[in-house]
Amino acid sequence: MGIAEDLAREQRSISVAEFFEKNKHLLGFDSPTRGIITTIKEAVDNALDACEEAEVLPDIFVGIRKVGDDVYRITVEDNGPGIVPENIPFVFGKLLYGSRFHQIRQSRGQQGIGISAAVLYAQLTTGTPALVVSRTGAREKAHRFELMIRTETNEPQIVSHEEIDWDRTHGTRIEIEFKSTLAAKKRLLDYLRLTAIVNPHARITADIDGEVTSFERASDEVPPCPRPVLPHPHGIEFGALKRLADASDGTVEEFLIESFSRVGKKTAEEMIGIAGLKPTRRVRRLGADELKLLLDAMQGVRVPAPPAQQCLSPIGEDLICRGLEKEIQLDFVRARTRPSAVHSGHAFIIEAALGYGGKLPSEGNAQIFRFANRVPLLYQQGACTITGAVSQVNWRNYGLSQQTLPVGPALIMVHVASTNVPFTSESKDAVASIPEIEREIVLVLQELGRELKAYLSRRERKKQQDDRARAVCSIIPEIAAKVSEIVELPLVDTSPLEGRIMRKVVAKKQTNDGKVCIRVTNYTNSEVALTLYNLSSDTAEDAEPQPDFVDDIGGEYNKVWRCRLDVGEAWQVLYTGVGDGVLDLRGVEDTMKVVVDLDV
Amino acid sequence: MDALAKERLVGIARTWYEQMRDGIVPYVRLPTRTKHNIEYDDESEVWKYGDKESTRAATTEKSAVHLLKMAYVIGFLKQQLVENRSSTLRELYYISEGWKRAKFSAQDESNLLIEDLEIITDVQREAFHLRPEEDGASIFGPLRIRETTRRGVREMHCQEDVGEAGYPIPNNVDTLDFVDHDAKFVIAIETGGMYARLMENGFDEEYGAILVHLKGQPARSTRRVLRRLSDSLDLPVVVFTDGDPWSYRIYASVAYGSIKSAHMSELLATPQAQFVGVQPTDISDYDLPSDRLTEQDVNALKAELTDPRFATEYWHNQINLQLEMKLKSEQQAFASRGLDFVTKEYLPTRLSEMGVI
Repeated sequence: MGIAEDLAREQRSISVAEFFEKNKHLLGFDSPTRGIITTIKEAVDNALDACEEAEVLPDIFVGIRKVGDDVYRITVEDNGPGIVPENIPFVFGKLLYGSRFHQIRQSRGQQGIGISAAVLYAQLTTGTPALVVSRTGAREKAHRFELMIRTETNEPQIVSHEEIDWDRTHGTRIEIEFKSTLAAKKRLLDYLRLTAIVNPHARITADIDGEVTSFERASDEVPPCPRPVLPHPHGIEFGALKRLADASDGTVEEFLIESFSRVGKKTAEEMIGIAGLKPTRRVRRLGADELKLLLDAMQGVRVPAPPAQQCLSPIGEDLICRGLEKEIQLDFVRARTRPSAVHSGHAFIIEAALGYGGKLPSEGNAQIFRFANRVPLLYQQGACTITGAVSQVNWRNYGLSQQTLPVGPALIMVHVASTNVPFTSESKDAVASIPEIEREIVLVLQELGRELKAYLSRRERKKQQDDRARAVCSIIPEIAAKVSEIVELPLVDTSPLEGRIMRKVVAKKQTNDGKVCIRVTNYTNSEVALTLYNLSSDTAEDAEPQPDFVDDIGGEYNKVWRCRLDVGEAWQVLYTGVGDGVLDLRGVEDTMKVVVDLDV
Repeated sequence: MDALAKERLVGIARTWYEQMRDGIVPYVRLPTRTKHNIEYDDESEVWKYGDKESTRAATTEKSAVHLLKMAYVIGFLKQQLVENRSSTLRELYYISEGWKRAKFSAQDESNLLIEDLEIITDVQREAFHLRPEEDGASIFGPLRIRETTRRGVREMHCQEDVGEAGYPIPNNVDTLDFVDHDAKFVIAIETGGMYARLMENGFDEEYGAILVHLKGQPARSTRRVLRRLSDSLDLPVVVFTDGDPWSYRIYASVAYGSIKSAHMSELLATPQAQFVGVQPTDISDYDLPSDRLTEQDVNALKAELTDPRFATEYWHNQINLQLEMKLKSEQQAFASRGLDFVTKEYLPTRLSEMGVI
C-alpha cells in the first residue's frame, strides 16, 4: 500500500471543540491564572449584553471561592432576561453557538465561543460539569442544568436537568469549577473596576474568597440597545455576497436595495451599470464571475457611511466622566465622543477621556485604559493600536512629559465602538492597527490634550497668584518684623504695600498670646459686602464685635460675621482662643479675594 | 573692622525697612554668579564678576523666603558682632534650625547666602566672625613662618619643626607671616599621595621647592597662602594635578579665581600660577595608565571650552586632544614607571621646559 493510503486512514475532520482544547491560548486560557479572568470576563460580557437587550439595569454578582487544592468555584449571576431551557445546553455546551454572530451591531460578545470555552476549560482541568440556572420570568419556573461538552462532536451533554424554585424572577447563574490560582486578583479587580467605568449603569458586586467589593451605579439610565443593520456594500466579501445572493428571490436591483444599508435606487443603478449587468436579472442566477463584477462595482461607488446612531451605542461624554470620577479621584477630567467614521464598511465611533492629577501616581507612565465595545482590554497593551496612537500624539505640546508614552499623573481612556472591532486575535486583547481608527484616536486625543493644556495653564496662573499672595501677605510681614528689630525702629507697616500689590480683599488671621485677630481689608476700588466664616474649636464668647450667629457643629463652632467695607476700609475682630480651624470669605469673587492664615 | 561689617550688614536691613515704609516690595541686587558673568580684569589680572545683575524681590514665596533668611542671618551676625563672638559656617546652618520658615534646608544654601552678603557688603566673611571648617591643607618646604595663635606667637620652620604631614594652614591666614625662606618655587599638589611622594623622595630639598597640598578643590585660606607666597616672596607658583576636567578647574580656581568667589579674586587668585600637568599630551607621551572619560567628564570638558577662564590656545588644544583620546590619568599613574620617575624625570623635565628650574 502507498503512503497516500496510509495517510488517508489518519485523515479525519476535527471538531472545533477539539481544536480549542489544543489551542486554549487563542481564547485567552493560556494559564490557570488568566483562565479565571477570561471566564469572568466572558460571563460578565454576556450578562451585560443580555441586560442591554432586555433594557434592564444590570445587577451582576461575581463570586470566587476556593473549594479544594488549587480548585476554585466561579459564579456569575445576572438579572438579565434569562435563557429559554431548550437553548441553555447549546449556549453553554457548544462552541460557536450564538445570537449575535450574524448581526451587524455593536455587542460585547460575538462569536459564541467565550463562555462555552470556559465550560470546556473547567471540564479539562477538574472534570466537573458546569452548573447553569436560568429563569425567563415570574410565571416560569427556573431550570437547573449540569452540562458538559462532547469534545469529539462539539455537542452539549446534559448531565442533569430539573425545574427548581429560584428567588430571582429572571436572570441567569453559571457556576464553573476549575484549577487556578488567585495570583491575578488585582488584575481581576482592575477588570471589574474598568468594566464599571464604561458601564456606569451597571452595579457589580464581587466576592473574592470572602472579600466583598462593590462597584455602584453612576447612572440609572439603561443605554439604548444597538439595533442590527444591513451590511454595508463596502464591508462585504465574496463569500457573504454569494450566500446573500443565493438566498434572494429578487432582481439584482431589488437585491442591492433590500439587502444592503444605504443603497437606494440611484446607487443600485450606478453599481449595476458599472458591473455591466441587466437590472432585471434574478440575482441568484448570476454566475461567480458576474457576482465578482458586481462586488467590484459595489466597492467602486460612493455610498454614505452606515447608520451609526442605530447600530452603535457610545457611552457618551457625560457618562464617561461620571464613570471615571466614581472610581478614581481626579483633579481634571474631560471626555470626547467623535462623530462616527467607517473602516472597510464597518461603522465605528471613537470615544476618549483624559484625566489628570488627584490620586493618580505622579511618577511613571500615564495609565492607559483601553476599551472595545464597552469591554476592557487587559493584555497586550504594546500590540494595540490605541497605545500606538497615544504615543503618536506629541504630549509635550499639552504640558505632559513624554517617553514614547506620556509620563506623569495622567489617565488616558480610549473606547472603540464598532459593528466589527478588528482585534489582533480571537482572545480579543488588542485592536489591530487600522489607519482610519488610529487617525480618529489621534484626533480625539489632540482635542483632549488642548483642554488639558488650558486647564494646566489656568492652574499655573492660579498657583502664581497664590504664591504671590503668600509672599506679600504672609512672608513680607515677617521680613518687616525682623528688619525692624535689626534697625531698632518701630515695626514698619506693610499694609500699604499689601494693598498696592494685591488690589483685592485681604483677610488675615493671626494668633498671638491666646488672642485671635482676624482682619479684613478692602484694597479693591469698589465697596464690598461680605460674610466671614470662621470654623474652629474656639467659642469666641468675648468676640468684639460679636458674631452675627454661631453654629455648633459637633464641638466646632462656625462663627459668622457680616460686614460692609468701603474702598480702602479695614474691619477686624478679636477674641480669646487657640486660633485653629479655617477661615473663609464669601460675597467676593474668588479672583478678588485673598485669605491668609498666618497661624499655619 | 567689626564696626564696618556691622554697619554694612545693618545697612541692608535699613534699605529694606525704607523700601517697605515707602510701599515698595523689598529687594536686593546681586551680580549674576555664573560663568557667563565673569570678566577678566586687566589691572588685577584676575577674573571678576561682570555687569550682569539679577534682582531678588519678595514677590514670590521663594524669593520672599530667601530675603527672610537673609534678614535672619543679618540679625544673627549683628548680634554676634555686638557680643564679640564667632561661629563656623556649619554652626550657622544648625543655628537656623530655630528660625522656622527661615531655616536653611542644606549647608550649601547658607554658604551661598553668606557669599551673597560678602558681595553686597564688600566685606569678607571673616569680618562677620564666621569661619569655615579646618580643611587640613598643609605646607612642607624650606620656609620659616610666624603664626599669631590664641596662645601667643609661634615661629616654625616648615621642614625642621613639623611632622610628616607638614604645617597645617590655619583658617585665617592674616595671622601668618613669612619670616625667611630658601626656596626657588612653590608647587601646589592636588592629591595627598603625590604630596607624600614628593616629600619622601626629597624633592623639596633637591630643587628648593615649597610643597603645598591643595587637598582637592582648595579652600580660600589655601588659595590666599599661595597668592601671598607669590606676592610677598616673589616665587613662581606651579600647580600639579590629575589629568581630568575637574582637576583643570582646581588649577583655574588657583590661577584665575573661582566662579563662586569671583568677588574676591583679587585676594584669592594667583594669576602667575602655571599648570604643570598631568596634561593630556603627557598621557600619550609617557604612555600613562588611563581610564576612559565618563559622560560627565566629557560634558565638563565641553563646558570648559566655553568657560572664559580657559579661553586660551593652550587650553583649547589640550582639551580638544583629550576629547579625541577620550582618556584621563591620575597624577599617581606615573608610579607605573617606578616610584622615582615623577621626581627624577617628569617634574625636572617639565619644570625646566616651563623655565621654572
